[in-house]
Amino acid sequence: MMNSRTVVVGFIPLLDCAPLAVAVEKGFAAAEGIDLTLVRESSWANIRDRVVVGHFDAAHMLGPMAIASTLGIGHLKVPTIAPLSLGLGGNAITVSNSLWDAMGRYGARAAGDPRTQGNALQLVVRTRERENKPPLTFAMVYPFSAHNYELRYWLAACGVDPDRDVRLIVIPPPLLVDALREGQVDGFCVGEPWNSLAVSVGVGSIVTATAGIWRLGAEKVLGCRLEWAQRRPELLAALIRSLYQAAQWCESPENHAELAALLAQLRYVGAPSAILHRGISNRLRLQPDVEPVSIPDFYVPARHDATFPWTSHALWFYSQMIRWGQIQASTSDLSLVRATYRPDLYRLALAPLGVDVPAVDSKIETDSFFDGRPFDPDSPAAYR
Amino acid sequence: MTEPSPPSNDTTLHLLIVDQNVMRAAVLEEGLREAGYVKVTILRDMQNLMRRIVDIDPDVIFIDLENPNRDVLEQMFQVSRVVHRPIAMFVDRSDSDMIEAAVDAGVGAYVVDGLRKERIKSVLDTAVSRFRAFSKLRVELDQARQALDERKLVERAKGILMKERGLSEEAAYSLLRKAAMNENRKLTEVAQSVVTASRLLR
Repeated sequence: MMNSRTVVVGFIPLLDCAPLAVAVEKGFAAAEGIDLTLVRESSWANIRDRVVVGHFDAAHMLGPMAIASTLGIGHLKVPTIAPLSLGLGGNAITVSNSLWDAMGRYGARAAGDPRTQGNALQLVVRTRERENKPPLTFAMVYPFSAHNYELRYWLAACGVDPDRDVRLIVIPPPLLVDALREGQVDGFCVGEPWNSLAVSVGVGSIVTATAGIWRLGAEKVLGCRLEWAQRRPELLAALIRSLYQAAQWCESPENHAELAALLAQLRYVGAPSAILHRGISNRLRLQPDVEPVSIPDFYVPARHDATFPWTSHALWFYSQMIRWGQIQASTSDLSLVRATYRPDLYRLALAPLGVDVPAVDSKIETDSFFDGRPFDPDSPAAYR
Repeated sequence: MTEPSPPSNDTTLHLLIVDQNVMRAAVLEEGLREAGYVKVTILRDMQNLMRRIVDIDPDVIFIDLENPNRDVLEQMFQVSRVVHRPIAMFVDRSDSDMIEAAVDAGVGAYVVDGLRKERIKSVLDTAVSRFRAFSKLRVELDQARQALDERKLVERAKGILMKERGLSEEAAYSLLRKAAMNENRKLTEVAQSVVTASRLLR
């Protein structure tokens, strides 16, 4: 129905679906006059397909997925936009107990910096090569994901070729903990609560949060078809406003316990609220037997303009697609990538709230990456 | 075009069904075999999915949309160098109707690169109609199961009343009915409260 105020949004049960759940449960969506209906999904492929065929008006989407759909890599070319970011960070790299022990012999330690941990991993990899052992296997959740690129970035910067020295496979988050326990994988990069769950059941140790690899790094977005955004601009604007306010609510420490309990419900994430609380409060237990430690900016739902869809975030993802051979660099693609993230729609939607929003669309990342390499969004293809 | 047009039903295609639901996989397999497809493989074990698929080497893969392992298949688009025949979802804009029909029916379909649309149209139609039939069957089964559960519940409530109040079966049933009418609730709800209360008081 053209005049319906219903907005159907798909999501994957992960910590950073929080603003969506809060927009419904705390009335931010209703206050903006929309009837927000959330549908829990079981795979990223479903999220993409159900946005494409119109089952969903919008979705909790991997940032690189919105870009891949716009470019038509591996699937139909469907112009897709990201007019809001669903927070920054929130992922971590977890390894099995036996790999953690092996890394410990080469200097890895609890809460060590990503460089120390990565160097230790690189030495484990070289030792295994000498001993003719099979390469280590790491899992991530989807080929077009921040998880894939962050894991690869860290490995490569520490001298491990992610395509040659290790095996990288996709495993859906709900199956990761079992895969680690059964030795099917030696490690993974995933969002919460899956890292903390692996630690809590004693099958893994968190090597580093991805916040250590890329501080305030881009992650998921609100994604929708450009066609829907053009057809229902006022509905999209209301959705952006309600999610912006929901994200602010998620950020406030006094709401953290309530947020954890809310997300613990089966219709949202369905994990123990104490486990979810770790990611929300940026205090992770990194190994089964050690006390939780503070990880600054581990998951940032609203601070630091976390909901702003930086064009430079889209361009970093694009640079990684090129770097890892998912696509060839091209000028025409570059303009499509720039048009995928939509800071203009974000500003337009938030104007009635009178809040501060960034005046520029892109930013140069000077000291955000752990290896100190700057990212200039004006030359993504030259960035290696 | 000098090339003869391919048969509308290319039964030489090797089809793979990835489904953990035994009944649905059987319904789909039966449909495909009835349509004349002889090379149909069912994969229920999700361990090492990629390697298994490389070994089986199918032309078309069907996977139900409830299966989170769909994302494992998606990786095959990106690592085609390990797969000697790259597999992809339809990438042609003109295929969007096929995708829509499949997603509506709850099935994902992946096709080996280079297969012409005409060759897979008919097999996809068969899969979509079988998935729809299964969904309908499942709704009917759920309803039948629910009806059976409700009948069992009422039987248990009657039994409790007969034992505790020394009533005949008929009197126990009319007591339940009367309570349901007076409280404006369903018979099964009243039966459930009787069963729950009896468990709590035991």
